[in-house]
Amino acid sequence: MSGRTDFDVDLARTLIDRKRTMPGATLPILHDLMERFGYIDDAAIPLIADALNISRAEALGVVSFYHDFHRSPINGRVLKLCRAESCQAMGCEDLVSHLVVRHGVTVDGEDEGSGIHVESVYCLGNCALSPAALLDGQPIGRLNRDRLDAIIADARGKTQ
Amino acid sequence: MSARVFVPGDSSALSVGADAVAGAIFAEARRRGADLAIVRTGSRGLFWLEPLVEVETAAGRVGYGPVAPGEAAELFDAGFLAGGAHPKALGLIEDIPYLARQQRLIFARCGLIDPLSLDDYRNHGGLRGLERALALGPKATIEEIIASGLRGRGGAGFPTGVKWRTTAGVDADQKFVVCNADEGDSGTFADRMLMEGDPFLLIEGMAIAALSVGAARGYVYIRSEYPHAFAVFSRAIELARAAGLLGPSVLGSGRAFDLEARLGAGAYICGEETSLLESLEGKRGQIRVKPPLPAIAGLFGKPTVVNNVLSFASTPWILEHGAKAYADYGVGRSLGSQPFQLAGNVRHGGLIELAFGASLRDLVEGFGGGTMTGRPIRAVQVGGPLGAYFPASLLDTPLDYESMAAVKGMLGHGGIVVFDDSVDMARQARFAFEFCAKESCGKCTPCRIGSTRGVETVDKIIAGRDRQKNLELLRDLCEVMTDGSLCALGGLAPMPVLSALEHFSEDFAKAPARAAAE
Repeated sequence: MSGRTDFDVDLARTLIDRKRTMPGATLPILHDLMERFGYIDDAAIPLIADALNISRAEALGVVSFYHDFHRSPINGRVLKLCRAESCQAMGCEDLVSHLVVRHGVTVDGEDEGSGIHVESVYCLGNCALSPAALLDGQPIGRLNRDRLDAIIADARGKTQ
Repeated sequence: MSARVFVPGDSSALSVGADAVAGAIFAEARRRGADLAIVRTGSRGLFWLEPLVEVETAAGRVGYGPVAPGEAAELFDAGFLAGGAHPKALGLIEDIPYLARQQRLIFARCGLIDPLSLDDYRNHGGLRGLERALALGPKATIEEIIASGLRGRGGAGFPTGVKWRTTAGVDADQKFVVCNADEGDSGTFADRMLMEGDPFLLIEGMAIAALSVGAARGYVYIRSEYPHAFAVFSRAIELARAAGLLGPSVLGSGRAFDLEARLGAGAYICGEETSLLESLEGKRGQIRVKPPLPAIAGLFGKPTVVNNVLSFASTPWILEHGAKAYADYGVGRSLGSQPFQLAGNVRHGGLIELAFGASLRDLVEGFGGGTMTGRPIRAVQVGGPLGAYFPASLLDTPLDYESMAAVKGMLGHGGIVVFDDSVDMARQARFAFEFCAKESCGKCTPCRIGSTRGVETVDKIIAGRDRQKNLELLRDLCEVMTDGSLCALGGLAPMPVLSALEHFSEDFAKAPARAAAE
């Protein structure tokens, strides 16, 4: 879910208004903001709080609780790498060290300019084809070093 | 009539190139002027054979797999549209022992039909359960579910019908049914497969529940790690609404029920039912103290039935065939069928639906064919990240709620993850705490603080620091977490740890030098 549009207060307000009357609207609104901007800008917090009649602390509390909601923009592609037990049994930790050693990419780390953001997830429901990943939402099964090398090369080619 | 070719659109199949295979077959057909229709199905759950291409022949559906996109031309050359011989030919799908040996009640249609065709669904027995429920009326429907012995498939195993009866018995202006599709346990994928492969079954099951308890609205909470399932299921809801299966008059009954799919946001704890309800209400997914039970005061404070995908999906079969027929499957107090999910380091991973009572060995060795790496099996974790690790010596344990409890484990959601002899069980124990620390909602101290102290204590043991003292401390900590946590996350995180200690104590007593060198 890479950022598609620069954050814009009016657009954010429109997105928020669209769903504010839904029962329990917070997550659907945050997902819409993530999809449009790639992250939840701090300036969106008071807008959400006002629209849903909750405190800013509550709005921020929801954003910070869930792993999916990022508070700063992510550049490049997003690789969600599964590190749960089934993928552990098939060597996902070897892939994690390969990313560091070979490509200088730290999982869940800062990734200025690397063209790819790799984050840990715990189970993608593709356990019979471990190790599993999601690349910008597309499922990948039986991930190995070669495939990972190709993904990194492709992501870096795109940013340059 | 044009030939019909079936290629799964299930996300596991997509993860190994099913879209490219479908595209290559389509392109090759055009090049040859062959008349064929490609139907995208769910998966049969024989994942080592994906992408698994099937062709309809006079004798039945014939399979080829795993097919690579580059093999499309040779399949045509081999006459695969008539079931011709090819190195990837598998013969009649239904005769493959992995499938033929199963007892598929819930997954009977998965992989067979176009998941988004209500006609297909009806033609393969769909909606008969709901029709019978409408004929029986709410009270008799609930009695049927109680008599079937169906227990919650999310992991807790609470009798589903009893839960429904509780909600039905509460007087309220509004009630809800909520489906827990936050399938977070590692090694499980049955909910995902079903939502992608036979989504109308879940809609039918939820409609049965809603009409039985008097709810007019339902929610399906799907984890964000399942974007494809969310898309397919959301589309299925639209189609169901357009066909009158959902809406102001379900199947013309004059009774209303509508459904909405909601997306989670990456929080394992939201698979706990009260956290899930908080999340649906738009809040942090922190658990609620029970009582009140959600069946009495759940979503927005209203009486709410919360069930797992597989629990809802079991009910149409029960109503169609009767409680007695369902209870004839299974053993003791574990009645009916359980879709087991076999994963990890195993040759033939996949979905295996069987009556309760099959042995772990039959699953792992019989169906699974041993480890993928070919090395000996050392440990098998059953029931997700909070389930116990069993050594090879316990492989003959039957898979049912009571037998699992008797060996200090649990069936959970039916996930089975295999590890070979390269696994370090002290590291796995450490991971159980690490995961708990990462996913704790923070509401209660034993889970929030205990999980972090657990990581530190295992680290000390691995490093060889005051090993005996720290092992005692670890057991003490596990006891506090088990007894003092508010929900199953903190309460069960000690289970994998204690099982690792009990069955693999040698891994906690290795020389520290090795750990440091890693």
